[in-house]
Parts: sequence; structure tokens; C-alpha cells
Amino acid sequence: MHDVRLRPPRNRVDRRALAWWLTQSSVFALPLPIVFAILFLCIPPARTVFGWLLVATLVPGLLYMAVMPVWRYRVHRWETTEQAVYAASGWLWQRWRVVPLSRVQTVDTLRGPIQQMFGLSGITVTTASASGAVKIKGLDRHVAADVVQHLTQYTQATPGDAT
Amino acid sequence: MSSQAPTRQSADATATPWERLSGRLILVQAGLLAAPLGSFLLALAVSGGKADLQVLIALGSVLITFLVVTGIGVMRYLTTRYRIADDRIELRSGLLFRSQRAMSLDRVRSVDLTANPVHRIFGLTSVRIGTGEQTSSAGRRLTIDGVTKAQAAELRDRLLSRRTAAPGRAADDDGLIADMDWSWLRYAPLTIWGVGGVLTTFGTAYRILHEMKIDPLEFGFVKDIEDRYGSVPLWFGILVTALIVIALGAVFSTATFTEGWYGYRLEREQGGTFRVLRGMLVTRSVTIEEKRMRGVELTETMLLRWARGARVNAVASGLGDRDENSKRSMLTPPMPRNDALRVAAEVLSEHESPTLSALRRHPRITLRRRINRALTATVLLVAPLAALGLWLSRTWLYAAGITALVLLPATLAMAYDAHRALGHTLRDRYLITRSGTFARRTVALERQGVIGWNVTRSVFQRRAGLLTLGATTAAGNQCYKVRDVGVAQGLAFAEEAVPGLLAPFLEQAPSHRRSR
Repeated sequence: MHDVRLRPPRNRVDRRALAWWLTQSSVFALPLPIVFAILFLCIPPARTVFGWLLVATLVPGLLYMAVMPVWRYRVHRWETTEQAVYAASGWLWQRWRVVPLSRVQTVDTLRGPIQQMFGLSGITVTTASASGAVKIKGLDRHVAADVVQHLTQYTQATPGDAT
Repeated sequence: MSSQAPTRQSADATATPWERLSGRLILVQAGLLAAPLGSFLLALAVSGGKADLQVLIALGSVLITFLVVTGIGVMRYLTTRYRIADDRIELRSGLLFRSQRAMSLDRVRSVDLTANPVHRIFGLTSVRIGTGEQTSSAGRRLTIDGVTKAQAAELRDRLLSRRTAAPGRAADDDGLIADMDWSWLRYAPLTIWGVGGVLTTFGTAYRILHEMKIDPLEFGFVKDIEDRYGSVPLWFGILVTALIVIALGAVFSTATFTEGWYGYRLEREQGGTFRVLRGMLVTRSVTIEEKRMRGVELTETMLLRWARGARVNAVASGLGDRDENSKRSMLTPPMPRNDALRVAAEVLSEHESPTLSALRRHPRITLRRRINRALTATVLLVAPLAALGLWLSRTWLYAAGITALVLLPATLAMAYDAHRALGHTLRDRYLITRSGTFARRTVALERQGVIGWNVTRSVFQRRAGLLTLGATTAAGNQCYKVRDVGVAQGLAFAEEAVPGLLAPFLEQAPSHRRSR
């Protein structure tokens, strides 16, 4: 067991997740610069102040939009076997989760409005632990349905209350 | 209890009479009204009979709120009925929204009795019956609030004795694991939040007086103190204030300790349950099923550790959400470490507390991370003072210098201590992990209770070749972490603790590079 590491899960999320994360990040990153841009245009005497504020908010915002989706796409991966679900997520803070199917309690799909726009779907696999849920986001709708089917099939086969 | 024939059939379920809450509940509700009425009269007295409109409105709205609350309470008394029949406990309540709830006795996992001071005056108790479900939704438990003490005790016996296989109750007194020793009171002042309690009390008092249009700073004795402050050097004033606050804090935490742990008893009961009894003004009785126990947590806060004291919490499933769990999982007050270890061992039915095992150390680089944090914290605290010094006057620069001189060794010592606290190991059926310097927690978690792994790595951890391994579980805090362990060390540990779960997802790291 020397020098082992976690291998990346086998499957990447759908490519459209890139667009989804980009949209999501723009929702966070753009409103403030837009407000400052409007103020910059409308109030000529305060141009210097708002100009700097615009730069100070726009640059990190754009940087975030440029970096986060790509980075996430490289990290986010998932895999299901007959024994377990394994998923990796995050970008700066990365997280790998493993849950044995014998301990799975529910398998839900969740589709937020932006995910729906891109035809994407997310899966949440919950266990008896409040912090043990595995979330796989940004899957193709049909892939997600297949995964749910696979998981429910194996989890139903296991008796007990899974605690 | 077993004489009461556990095998009644549904035919006489209808015959079992419904029981009501105690009629004294109405007195309690009426008693509630005393608070707003009292403050109303007090306000009139203070203002000399001519309260202004704002005060009247404020107090009037409070009065109305209390009237509504009282009304609801009386309604609850009139409409609530409960009974045990047909192997079920049934509860009916409500007038507009009628609810009828039933819970099978087999599913009853815990029966908690709580009595607040007002309840105590009237000899009442509230009974909370839980099924041990993890979800905190109220639908999973029944609360019967406002029965007499005798009713509550009988109810508890009937609900729990159901699960007792052996009918004999003779061995009842032999199950004592720990009870109150008043010499433990010496640990009470060491709980830091007493100081916080003092500050909160002052803050609240000030706010209330302020709301009532009374300026506390105008009081005679406050002015007197202010004058004295003017006549002594500043450092002396600060020192005296700090000492007074600490002394009051000690008194406050001693009082809290006494209130919370008066009459403390931890016992093992027939039928495989632990029972914690405690409380002076509010009496509490918490039941934890032995088969729901997944381990123990030994907590030593910094001051407590210096005094060789510790507390024990149960790591058990079904105690409710995070908030409830933290209240209900307490097995002991702060007590001598050796006693705490004995309790931990007895609760787990082990010869020796598993938390005593020799721990595997974490890589040296964790010390560097902690030193970096210590330096960052010091800089963040000193920088504002230094900035003020450059901007305003040199006094602030001296203050910054002194602060840095005091803080730096202290934070560095804490960093070293935090590094030394880190450790993990396996022992028999337990996974053991320890971390923390302000509050050092040692957790022994049953390996069987681990229902998944949660590996997290920050940017810094990835650069340092570390990871944080979280064992998720249905018990206690839901996730217990082995912090800042080396990558290979941590993954090997996880695989050793729960063989086969992580193995399919591991690979050999390329040897020419440190494992990322």
C-alpha cells in the first residue's frame, strides 16, 4: 500500500456542463460590474471612482468565469460499480466521495432551471449520514436516468435499514 | 410492568380510556401572563405613572402576544388526549387542525423527559418519544407536553419496558455508571464561554434598558466607576476590567454547570438502554439505546486539558439533528480525565477506553501548515493596530509591538499543540481519530458504523501531499475526520478500516513524483 492515490473516476460529466457552469458563474460575477458600468456612463463627475470599481470587479469576475468551468470540468467525474458509487467534484477545494450501494437510502434526480436549459440533470445519492450524500451534477438527462435505474436496482437488492 | 399483559388485541383498543394532560397546565399558562403584566406594572412604576405611547404600544403588543400564547396553550390542554392501546401509543390534539398520531411501541427508541422551571413548580413534565430516525422532522416523534411527573414516569416505564426481554427489575440499581461528584465543580470555571455569557448578559441588559428609554450610563454608580477610571492609568483599568469579567465568567459558568448537572446520574438500564439524568431548574432525562451506540467522543478543551479534565459524549444514531444531538449526546459533565476514560470504557463495554490507543502520527508538514496559520492569524490581528500607528499616533505602534510579542509565542505554541494533537489509528472494532487544540476531540467510532468515505483536499493540501479523510456515519456528527493525513497513509488507513470499499478506486502513484 505504498504510494497509492485515488484514481479519477471513469466517466466525465457531459460537455454541456461547461456551458452550465459558465452561465452559473456569470450570474455571480457579472451583476456588480454591470451596475458599475452603468454608473460610470451615467455619472461623468465620478468616472474615476466607478472606473476603478468597474475594473476591480470585472477582472476577478472574468477570471472566475474563465477558470472555474474548465477547472471543474477537469475534476468532476463519476463512476458506479456493482458495489459502490464514486464521484469527484470541486475545483479549488476538491472532494472525492465513495458510498457502498449497500448503504444507499435514496436516489434522487434534481434538475435546476439552468441545468434544464442545457438538458442536464443531477443525481443525489443519500445515505443515513446527513453529510454522506454523493451528488453528481451535470449529467446528460438520459445518462442520469440510466444511472438512477442502475443504482435503484442494486440498492433494492440489499436488505436492512442501511445505517 | 410485564403484568400488564402485552398482548391485548384490537378488540379492547377501543376500550382503553384516553388520558388527558394534567389540569395544572392551565395554571402554568396563566402563570405565563405574569411576565408581561409584571413588566407593565414595573414600567408604570418606573415612569411614575405616565408611560409614553411608545412604551404602552411595546408592552401592549407583548401582552397580546402572551394572551394568544396562553389561549393556544389552554386549547392544547382541552384538546390533547393520549393512550397506549393495541401495541401503539396514540396522540390526538388540535381543534382547527386536528391531528391524530400513532406510533408502534416496537419502534419507540427513546423517551426523553424534560421539565423547565415553570413546569417544575407545578410538578409537570414533558415527554418526548422518538423513533430514532435520523431525520429531524417533527413527524418522526411524539411530544406529550404537560403531564404530571407520576404520569410521565409511568409512561416512560410502559414505553420502554415493552422492549425488555427479562421481566425482572431487581438489578435496577446495579447499572450505575457515574453520578455527580461535587469536587468536579472545580472544572466548571474552565469552560470559556462563561466569559461570553457575562458579555452577552451585559449586552442584553443594556439593550433592554435602552429600549425602555433608560440610559444605564446615567446611573449613579456607573458614573462613579467612570470617575474612578479617569483617575487610574489606562492599563490598570483594562487589567481590572479583564479580571472582573473573568471572575464573573467563572461564576457564570459555575452556575451553568450546577444548573445543568445537578443530580447527574448515568446508568445502564434493563432492556439495553443508557439513561442520563441531570438538571436543577430544568430537569432532563435522556435515553440512548445501547445498540445505537457507535462509539464515544472525548472532548478536552484547552483549559480543561491543563486541569486534566475531560468530557464524554456518545456517538449514537437517532439522537436528532446536529443541534439536538449536541445536547442529547452528553454523557458526562467535565470530570477528571481518568473518570471520563472509565465512563467511555464502560459505555462501550470495553476493558479500556479505545481512545487511549497509541496514535499514528501525521506528516511533519502538517506542523508547517499550522505555523503558517498561526503567523497569518497574528499578522491579521496586528496589522490593523500597526496601520493605526502609522496613521494616527505612535502609541498604536507600541500596542502593535506588544500584541505581536504576546501573540506570536502563544499562536506558535498552539500551532505546535495542534500538530501534536493530530493522530489516528485502528483498534479492534474502532477507528480512532484525534485533532484540535482549542478543543481536542478524540473520537472512537465503530468501523461498522462507517457508511462511506469523504476525501477532501484544498489547494494547499494538494501541494503538501495531504488529504482530509472523512468517515461518514449515521451517528453523532455524521462525519468524523482524520485531518491532514498523508495521501498514501490516509488512503491505506481507510482501506484498512473498511476493507474493500476504497480498494477498487486506488492506483499506484508514479514513483518519480510525490503522490499528488
